[in-house]
Amino acid sequence: MDRDDLLVAEDLQMHFPIRRGLLRRKVGAVQAVDGLTFSVKRGETLSIVGESGCGKTTTGRLLTRLLEPTGGKVTLEGRDITHLSMSDMRPMRRDIQMIFQDPYSSLNPRHTVGTIVGAPYRLQKVDPPGGVKKAVQELLELVGLNPEHYNRYPHEFSGGQRQRIGIARTLALRPKLIVADEPVSALDVSIQAQVVNLLEDLQNEFDLTYVMIAHDLSVVRHVSDRVAVMYLGQIMEIADRTALYERPMHPYTVALLSAVPIPDTNRKNNRERIRLQGDVPSPINPPSGCRFHTRCWKAQEICKTVQPPLAELAPGHRAACHFPENTDKLTIDPTGVAS
Amino acid sequence: MSSSTGAQNPFLEVRNLRVHFPTDDGVVKSVDDLSFSVERGKTLGIVGESGSGKSVTSLSVMGLHKRGTADITGEILLDGQDLVGLDPDAVRRLRGKRMAMIFQDPLSAMHPFYSVGSQIVEAYRVHNKVTKQVARKHAIDLLERVGIPNPKSRVDDYPHQFSGGMRQRAMIAMALSCDPELLIADEPTTALDVTVQAQILDLIRDLQAEFNSAVVIITHDLGVVAELADDIMVMYAGRAVEYSTAEDIFTNPQHPYTWGLLGSMPRLDRERTERLQPIAGSPPSLINVPQGCPFNPRCAYDALNGDLSTTERPEFRDVGGGHFIACHLSGEERTRIWENEIRPKL
Repeated sequence: MDRDDLLVAEDLQMHFPIRRGLLRRKVGAVQAVDGLTFSVKRGETLSIVGESGCGKTTTGRLLTRLLEPTGGKVTLEGRDITHLSMSDMRPMRRDIQMIFQDPYSSLNPRHTVGTIVGAPYRLQKVDPPGGVKKAVQELLELVGLNPEHYNRYPHEFSGGQRQRIGIARTLALRPKLIVADEPVSALDVSIQAQVVNLLEDLQNEFDLTYVMIAHDLSVVRHVSDRVAVMYLGQIMEIADRTALYERPMHPYTVALLSAVPIPDTNRKNNRERIRLQGDVPSPINPPSGCRFHTRCWKAQEICKTVQPPLAELAPGHRAACHFPENTDKLTIDPTGVAS
Repeated sequence: MSSSTGAQNPFLEVRNLRVHFPTDDGVVKSVDDLSFSVERGKTLGIVGESGSGKSVTSLSVMGLHKRGTADITGEILLDGQDLVGLDPDAVRRLRGKRMAMIFQDPLSAMHPFYSVGSQIVEAYRVHNKVTKQVARKHAIDLLERVGIPNPKSRVDDYPHQFSGGMRQRAMIAMALSCDPELLIADEPTTALDVTVQAQILDLIRDLQAEFNSAVVIITHDLGVVAELADDIMVMYAGRAVEYSTAEDIFTNPQHPYTWGLLGSMPRLDRERTERLQPIAGSPPSLINVPQGCPFNPRCAYDALNGDLSTTERPEFRDVGGGHFIACHLSGEERTRIWENEIRPKL
């Protein structure tokens, strides 16, 4: 393990059992996450992208241990947290915090903003210097809210302001890692940009490490240092932002990028777009071999039978494909993977 | 506002539409003096944030506001016939037949107790005197047309058995069952993944070419309107702030709010910018719309107009070649700001 790695996931797996019948026997499993290996470096922003149902939210919940994985390992700063109990996990929660997607359901409507943002101090029995109220007011100011709104309730705020309240709460204990699950997707365009800028400022100020879970590829390119593309519970490709967006190797990444609508009327006619047919298959019964082969235009016989490994095809650039794209300038021979 | 081509009568023409909702807290002015038109075979994109009045506008055109809740004034002319104040039964006969709507969330727009096929059959038989067998055949054809695999067996499935993309296709099939001349799509792809979104946008484009319908697409995603729309109207606080051809809106936007929207969006087709340029503040309450220009509290350039911004509502006027804006800034100032301050940062 690299000393720079804050969080490491090894072969992480989450299979939700499906139970049927009188005896609730297990008849199958939803393979939401199936064998993820990646690391998050200190101070970086790693984004996880993919379509709905690809397991990105489950991954976020596994990293924060809101779910206990059915296999694999999660280590935070060298400490294995995979199977820690609730009470053993509690002190670790100072270091890992989460920002949720929906700013409406993630704040208790009966609590004031002061109670919500101060909750981490109470739960962790921390006495911030100057008292909880002062600390909370500082946090509110930090995220661009009026500290005088301490006694207001969530319904008095707009969506963007609520998301700021959620961010203030995660910052209370000065965490090292923040897992943000679609932090801006519920917000309007102009508000989205404000929150993206706020997250960047906070990262610089407090040396935060982010794992962003998102589906908007334009926003992801803006915020990330590295990007992992997931499909049906597995990582298809992981690389630095520039490499992934300029030289995507996995056909799925290529298709995703080409499907993003571009706000430029001159571009719409001369841009080549790859149309994926059909929908994402069910994670209960994922396709054999490469999971993407049912929708891939490059698929051959081998793709149906052999699962391609997530191989390092260029420095820091891994892709799980038998026939990767954009490999002409590579030093590593990709045919070694396909054979 | 008359369309720049002018010769043809627009299929849908909205004039001075006002939709106000009286509530205990005051009157919510969701749409305030809005005019626009769409011709057959053309697509109008309406862009704006939540609360800008875009959905309320489309529901008014469709006659879907509950009686007695909304005060609607102005004119909504569908092929010359005014829908405002028309008997609800008469509007119902038009709805589905001459105009149809695609909603954002297909799961809540479809009835969970009835099969997808029976819902399409119902829509078709309301307007056409045909037997159930003929209507069922029509439903299967439509499902095939919108790209549902195995339509013969899927026609008897219930909405929950369809995936999100398939449900949206089924709803499009339902909307198209009677070949409507006006199709309103309210955020048709917002709930969908990007690959499915591309499929649905293609479908809407193909179908429009086939049926020569007038299409209104409502969205907050500037990328989606760039894909589909011929003309774009940008709305803010229940009013139109800018209207022009799609090309004009992207290459030569004139209103500070449109600049703000463009600056807020990270783009895949440009070099990555270090910092997004958001619009300060948040959209106003529609009960207390700011005096003068409704955008003035968030506008970075309102000081250039002195008191005018806060005292006088800017007129929605043609600034050349069918490009309409509602802004007090002079032409030279707008050009200077766009050329020197906005465009270089995008």
